[in-house]
Amino acid sequence: MQVTMTVNGNEVTEDIEPRLLLVHFVRDVLGLTGTHWGCDTSNCGACVLWLDDVPVKSCTTLAVMASGRSVRTVEDLAQGGVLDPVQEGFMQEHGLQCGFCTPGMLMTARWLLDHDADPDENTIREAIAGNVCRCTGYENIVRSIRWAAAHADGAEQQAAPATDEVTA
Amino acid sequence: MQVPAPFDYERATSVDHVLTLLAERPGDARIVAGGHSLLPMMKLRLAQPEMLIDINDLTDLDYIRVDGDEIAIGAMTRHAGLLSSALLGEHYRIFRDAERVIADPIVRNRGTIGGSLCQADPSEDLSAVASALRATVVIQSATGRRTVDARDFHQGPYETAVGDAEMLVEVRVPIRPGAGSAYEKVERRAGDWAVASAGAFVQLDGDTIKDVGLGLTAVGAPHFTCVEAEEALRGQAASAENVAAAAQLCHDACQPQADQRGPEDYKRHLARELSRRVLTTSIARARGEQS
Ligand SMILES: Cc1cc2nc3c(=O)[nH]c(=O)nc-3n(C[C@H](O)[C@H](O)[C@H](O)COP(=O)(O)OP(=O)(O)OC[C@H]3O[C@@H](n4cnc5c(N)ncnc54)[C@H](O)[C@@H]3O)c2cc1C
Ligand code: FES
Ligand code: FES
Repeated sequence: MQVTMTVNGNEVTEDIEPRLLLVHFVRDVLGLTGTHWGCDTSNCGACVLWLDDVPVKSCTTLAVMASGRSVRTVEDLAQGGVLDPVQEGFMQEHGLQCGFCTPGMLMTARWLLDHDADPDENTIREAIAGNVCRCTGYENIVRSIRWAAAHADGAEQQAAPATDEVTA
Repeated sequence: MQVPAPFDYERATSVDHVLTLLAERPGDARIVAGGHSLLPMMKLRLAQPEMLIDINDLTDLDYIRVDGDEIAIGAMTRHAGLLSSALLGEHYRIFRDAERVIADPIVRNRGTIGGSLCQADPSEDLSAVASALRATVVIQSATGRRTVDARDFHQGPYETAVGDAEMLVEVRVPIRPGAGSAYEKVERRAGDWAVASAGAFVQLDGDTIKDVGLGLTAVGAPHFTCVEAEEALRGQAASAENVAAAAQLCHDACQPQADQRGPEDYKRHLARELSRRVLTTSIARARGEQS
């Protein structure tokens, strides 16, 4: 069936099967592979993106359920070649190792900071309870989000790497 | 990769629309709310509905409000809404206690109270909350609305009082002035289903327990409660001894099954210990000694 939705500000229309999951729609149909596909069981949070401005697990949402709504993926965080403060924070504070959990972490963190500009450590830990990281032990992720909170205006930002470096 | 079997999809525009669609495909059509129980089951092919009726556009079913001497909660109210509600926080801390430990914040953005109760998983936390509070559930069909006690709503694992051409539209909780309430859960890791959970409310008259409600989940408690313990406490002193004796009745009345979350005797132990704790906290909150 035909679906039309806004993805990262652009309207897209596609013909899909109702059983297609949103995570596969953004990755395989739209080619937005920043959103990761991990456990497939709504546990790990690697697939978190925003649906109508709320973080959801896209492995447990049908693409047709997003029709007529807006989707925001990790690709939309950096604007005009400048990293979002949460991306910058993960870079400054070594918030990732393998990076598999990172897109989901970033989308959850961005949403948290949009609703609580100065979260304490406990608030951050509760907010990311649906995002599993196998590498960092979470300490540096908490620091990264704290860094982003302290640099909300984007101060000390470096330019984002060119796109081809990111995908290489 | 887990892929559901093919199905038709319709986006409902009103409750009447849902009921019409259900009536057209009796037994084949399923409502999807948050989808956080149904879609995982469809991905594992444990459920294979031929048609899904998406009710996420029914935003007029997303509310928490005072209605007479009850609090009315719309079926599409998400876990996140229950957690952040100031109204529920004021009247029933049990919701906030429970919602903090139901799944994780991202799942809570999608899952709904209607879906939780209709899923009727034997470990569902909101089923224990509804049972503890002796809530009622409003079910709508083409011929009108009927109200069912939460304790009669669940008719077995994954079975409810909702018929093929019906839909849950509202959950109603009586307002009990001065009541204290609480919820506690033991889980293996953050965001997991309960090994065991208990919830309670207590209303005091001086030092006497005027009314009390108990909810238990994941321990095979009939109707997610323990009426023996409630009856033992009603009209008695709100003392540690009486609470401990009632908690023992919860231990004895539940029928847990050993599984990967723990053996039977451990779950019985938790039924007793968690009941004791939530009753104690409810009493302290009713006395205004604890926030
Ligand atoms: C990773 C994870 C962890 C979880 N942990 C917990 C936990 O710790 N404790 C807990 O209690 N729950 C837990 N859940 C379940 C979660 O709370 C679900 O959101 C909830 O069980 C179902 O709500 P839903 O709106 O997603 O329902 P759906 O999946 O949309 O529907 C569930 C069932 O209810 C029916 N239904 C839905 N709405 C209605 C309605 N209005 N009228 C009639 N039928 C309806 C559907 O047809 C379906 O059969 C967890 C879920 C996940 C994915
Ligand atoms: S892939 Fe969606 S939660 Fe793990
Ligand atoms: S950085 Fe590897 S899983 Fe988080």
